[in-house]
Amino acid sequence: MEDLIAYFTNNKEIIFIVILMVFVGVEVIGNVPAVLHTPLMSGANAIHGVVIIGAILVMLDSSPDNYLALSLGTLAVFLGTLNVVGGFVVTDRMLDMFKKKK
Amino acid sequence: MNIDLIHIIYLFGSVTFILGLKMLSNPKTARNGNLLAAAGMTAAIVGTIFLKENEVSPIIYYLIFGAILVGTVVGWLTAKRVQMTKMPELVSLFNGMGGACAGLIGLIEFPKVAAHHPEKLGIVLAGMIIGSVSFSGSMIAWAKLNGTLRNAIRLPKYNIVNTLVLIGLLAYAVYIVVAGAYDPMHLYLLFTLAIVYGVLFVIPIGGADMPVVISLLNSFTGLAAAFGGFLYDNQVMLTGGILVGSAGTLLTLVMCKAMNRPLYSVVFGAFGETAASAGGGESQGSVREVSSSDLAVQMNYSSKVLIVPGYGLAVAQAQHVVKELETLLEERGVEVAYAIHPVAGRMPGHMNVLLAESNVDYDKLKEMEDVNPEFAQTDVVLVVGANDVVNPAAKTDPTSPIFGMPILEVENAKSVVVNKRSMNAGYAGIQNELFFRDKTSMLFGDAKKVLGELVNELKNLD
Repeated sequence: MEDLIAYFTNNKEIIFIVILMVFVGVEVIGNVPAVLHTPLMSGANAIHGVVIIGAILVMLDSSPDNYLALSLGTLAVFLGTLNVVGGFVVTDRMLDMFKKKK
Repeated sequence: MNIDLIHIIYLFGSVTFILGLKMLSNPKTARNGNLLAAAGMTAAIVGTIFLKENEVSPIIYYLIFGAILVGTVVGWLTAKRVQMTKMPELVSLFNGMGGACAGLIGLIEFPKVAAHHPEKLGIVLAGMIIGSVSFSGSMIAWAKLNGTLRNAIRLPKYNIVNTLVLIGLLAYAVYIVVAGAYDPMHLYLLFTLAIVYGVLFVIPIGGADMPVVISLLNSFTGLAAAFGGFLYDNQVMLTGGILVGSAGTLLTLVMCKAMNRPLYSVVFGAFGETAASAGGGESQGSVREVSSSDLAVQMNYSSKVLIVPGYGLAVAQAQHVVKELETLLEERGVEVAYAIHPVAGRMPGHMNVLLAESNVDYDKLKEMEDVNPEFAQTDVVLVVGANDVVNPAAKTDPTSPIFGMPILEVENAKSVVVNKRSMNAGYAGIQNELFFRDKTSMLFGDAKKVLGELVNELKNLD
């Protein structure tokens, strides 16, 4: 129990962010029309590409002679970039189709 | 200075993600919302790279820039070149890449964290497991959507097997953390187990449910990114990840609701090995074929025609000829409308997008709940390349893998004409008894080609 409270105290900012963000996420996409489900999914898909920042941090933290970490890290940055760039571009193309409706 | 600036950039990034998602849920602002989030993402990435500018060896910068450059070119070209009909599988593919990224981060960080911050080991493993499951699951979803993997593969007792694998996976992770088993062998074994679980998780799920699965895996990757944020105490990863995790989960539930199918029945599917009992390829009697000239006459003397578009229409790019058919029939005083199933095609909204492209009036696109009572007063229903969404087995056959999915009740119409390329089973891999009914006739061939013939026959009737 004491451990739990200590853990909470040590990480209180993060726990606050997590809980608030859960509510923001739910609030933000409430009442979305069915037509937009796929573009929204695709846009959210691009946003979680933010994981690439973790891959960059790994790289910046690696020593230049740790070849295993560097090659895996480079691969991770590459895959993360695919997620980000591909995700945003695909979403934009989908939404472009909707614009023509007018 | 740089260290302080980065927090402002991260705050900006987080705000753009929230606003971007908000704007994406409204048709008017959606496109700008996407661009805004992209701008925030770019700022966060560039900021991160230059955060430590004085301490890092140049070779690492070259590697990072090289990877980003190649990734940008490949991602951009792939996203630009792919056909509209292939969009859903592409989303799945990109989602898998994000998951793999999270999985790799876990693999690299494990030895470092084990040596210096063992209290953060649980976070590293959680991010790695979720990312890896999302990766392999997305790859299976991708293979299913592009047709490489045709049918739902159900191992005997797959639900029990999957649950056991999941429990084993979690227990193993807990063991590594608690017992301090820091040998890399354990890490690689756990990684492999997570990949296997992702495959087992998605492989029994039918193609019709794939959009829901992709949305679910999407929120998994968000969660994996959030664990990365926890690990590095990085706010933009944390906010972006949790935001997608929670919005993605809600979106998954909303999509399930649109299909009137609870999430557990999507994930656990039909219990037992019932997929085959619905008759994979066996014939259930004879079908009646109709020629385009007969159909033209029949439609000409109808008072109401409903068109049910499906994936076949998208594949054949038949949206323009469908519009032409609509115009011709309306000139002859026939009432024409479109019945849109929520998951027609391979993604929600797919048909709306395609028909909007050929200038079909928005009011003519009727949603399932509104149009179902209308079938009884309809003379001809023309099903263009749809199959599972009009399969009556979803209502009548509890052993069918699609049982419980709401369908367009076309069987209530006076006559049903189904355009298909062949008698092959639909996406869920099951036969459709509708095709064998007395009032159903088949119009075989590529949608664009046969509907073109139908249009010509109609013109010749004058």
